[in-house]
Amino acid sequence: MSAVPVPPPQGTAPAIDVRGLVKSYGGRRVVDDVTMQVARGEIAGFLGPNGSGKTTTIRVMCGLLTPDAGTGEVLGHDLRRDARRIRREVGYMTQRFSFYEDLSIAENLAFVAGLYGLTPVRKYVDETLADLGLTSRRDQLAGSLSGGWKQRLALAACIMHDPKLLLLDEPTAGVDPKARREFWDEIHRLAAGGMTVLVSTHYMDEAERCHRINYISYGRLVARGTVAEVVKGAGLTTFVVEGLDGAAMIDLDERLRGAPGVEQVAPFGSVLHVVGRDAGALKASVTRIAGGAGARVTPAETSLEDAFIHFMGGAKDNMA
Amino acid sequence: MNGILSLRRLRAMLVKETIQMRRDRVTFAMMLGIPLILLVLFGFAINTDPKHLPAALVAPTQDRYTRAIVTALEMTGYYHFTKVGVSEAEAERLISDGTVSFVVTIPSDFGRRVARGDHPQILIEADATDPAVASGAVSTLGTVAAQALRREQGASAPADQPGALQVVVHKRYNPEGVTQYNIVPGLLGVILQMTMVMMTSMALTRETERGTMENLLAMPVTPLEIMLGKVLPFLMVGAVQMAVILFAAKILFHVPFVGAMWLLLLGVLLFVLALVLLGYTISTLSRNQMQAMQLAFFFFLPSILLSGFMFPFRGMPGWAQAVGEVLPLTHFLRLVRAVMLKGADLTTVQPQIGALTAFVVVFALLALSRFRRTLD
Ligand SMILES: Nc1ncnc2c1ncn2[C@@H]1O[C@H](COP(=O)(O)OP(=O)(O)O)[C@@H](O)[C@H]1O
Ligand SMILES: [Mg+2]
Repeated sequence: MSAVPVPPPQGTAPAIDVRGLVKSYGGRRVVDDVTMQVARGEIAGFLGPNGSGKTTTIRVMCGLLTPDAGTGEVLGHDLRRDARRIRREVGYMTQRFSFYEDLSIAENLAFVAGLYGLTPVRKYVDETLADLGLTSRRDQLAGSLSGGWKQRLALAACIMHDPKLLLLDEPTAGVDPKARREFWDEIHRLAAGGMTVLVSTHYMDEAERCHRINYISYGRLVARGTVAEVVKGAGLTTFVVEGLDGAAMIDLDERLRGAPGVEQVAPFGSVLHVVGRDAGALKASVTRIAGGAGARVTPAETSLEDAFIHFMGGAKDNMA
Repeated sequence: MNGILSLRRLRAMLVKETIQMRRDRVTFAMMLGIPLILLVLFGFAINTDPKHLPAALVAPTQDRYTRAIVTALEMTGYYHFTKVGVSEAEAERLISDGTVSFVVTIPSDFGRRVARGDHPQILIEADATDPAVASGAVSTLGTVAAQALRREQGASAPADQPGALQVVVHKRYNPEGVTQYNIVPGLLGVILQMTMVMMTSMALTRETERGTMENLLAMPVTPLEIMLGKVLPFLMVGAVQMAVILFAAKILFHVPFVGAMWLLLLGVLLFVLALVLLGYTISTLSRNQMQAMQLAFFFFLPSILLSGFMFPFRGMPGWAQAVGEVLPLTHFLRLVRAVMLKGADLTTVQPQIGALTAFVVVFALLALSRFRRTLD
């Protein structure tokens, strides 16, 4: 996607500042000692595979779940004591569409406006409908909207009260690429207007559109920083192996796996990415096996995905 | 605006709930269907005024007076003497096993007493397990027998002799003699109990099951506002049901209404409030709609059995009466019967008004304390 955005200046009190959050279900620590800061005006990515604890963490942050341990402030309000204030100032878009399918678009918006005490309700509803381009369909039931429209309606409803912090839980899951891009453009517009955004996703490419990312795996926060920092922090070396035909490449893939210093082998089209932490051992193995087979070996930049796969392996070790 | 109750937020809740109720066909069907079905079912039983009921005659002496009375009774159409000239013991067996509905006993000295003008007695024992069966037959009895007797005595007897004939009626098995007039007002309570609790018991589980609870809780709405928003629209439903039932009571079943309308309305209001709050409490306790239904039903059964709707309250054993006292329906039935049929005033039904108010307060507090503000 587009170039890495420059993070806004730090220094003001963070919008999210949570420390040591723990949440267990049935004795399993689904969120395990999560510490996270998000600066005001920042777009923070919250990445991790399915079931890694993103939704649970976000629910704790907006007061929908009580943490078993840990403290923190959201927008300067204490997580445990000021849940009501947090609710008023935060916009939370749930992972699953959770507006009323048996209410029309306009009725849903009017309901939200009423609960946030926005007056006159009618003005807010009409303006939001106009922004969405849904004025002509205002009386259509929300349940009859397509996935992409539901997602846009949900976002519009969440920002109607002009929250200072927007929590988006996998907002682009199951949405087509064009709608996804438009959605991210909208998020950047909101952030430019001063809103802080925390957005969870499991799409790697979306990480590139965040100022900072936090990577969670098996409930543990294993990496944070800008994309460049996260990649660098993984301390990985990557070689690209190319130049052989299909069958020889598959054979090479097998032989590289398990060789000293080689941690990941991943085919990308007609090339192999070979990744490892120990640069010396990795280079020796790749040169010996791939070079010996007549393939071309070149050093390459480590990708975010390579870094994440590395982190996932590490977190699994922690679990055991 | 920041308090635990904002009118603006409450209005938003009420509008939303009302629209959803209007669009929910199942709720709507339940709202009108259940009262109509119950009215038709019970109304059928009420309307039957059964005739030609089997009767046994215990009459050791068959004199002309005895014959006259038996003939007169048969002429009413209610009595059909299938067993004539049986012994007392035999008659006892016949009525207890249900072979006959009545036992008419004319004592052996009846004729002599009539002749002497000495307050003759006849005894009628009626099987009142089904009060609708017994009531019509019993109500015609006194006059019919007296007339027959007078006719038989002819001009010889002084017409204005008071108490010339004493008819002693024993209602067996149902000493309170609940009549059809009791049933329709009772039905008002039962129908409200069934529909109100059932519909509100799903108020929260529906949000949870549809996944909308998470969003609702994330918005600045308070537990009190959610509760009021979810139960108040049902007052309207209660009002509609009440209108339907009272209309039917008057037009179809000719139930007299002698009391004050405002007092009845106050009673219904308190009762419906107690019920919707009970239903809402159930919805805070259950995890899904199935559980909610079961809990609502769990409450419905004792209500119908132990409130005095099915069986006369004073005829129940002590423990059953104790359970009955903690059911809103019990107090409502007392109130509605007293007001509608006996014209009771506020002072008379104060205990019932007090009890219903207590239920409202208790259920509201229970629901609020059980409400979970989080998804934990
Ligand atoms: N209410 C719950 N009860 C039991 N387990 C839960 C509950 N909510 C989440 N979990 C478990 O916690 C883990 C993390 O879930 P979640 O936070 O939804 O992950 P993510 O959003 O990253 O996909 C999952 O394994 C899920 O099964
Ligand atoms: Mg999730």
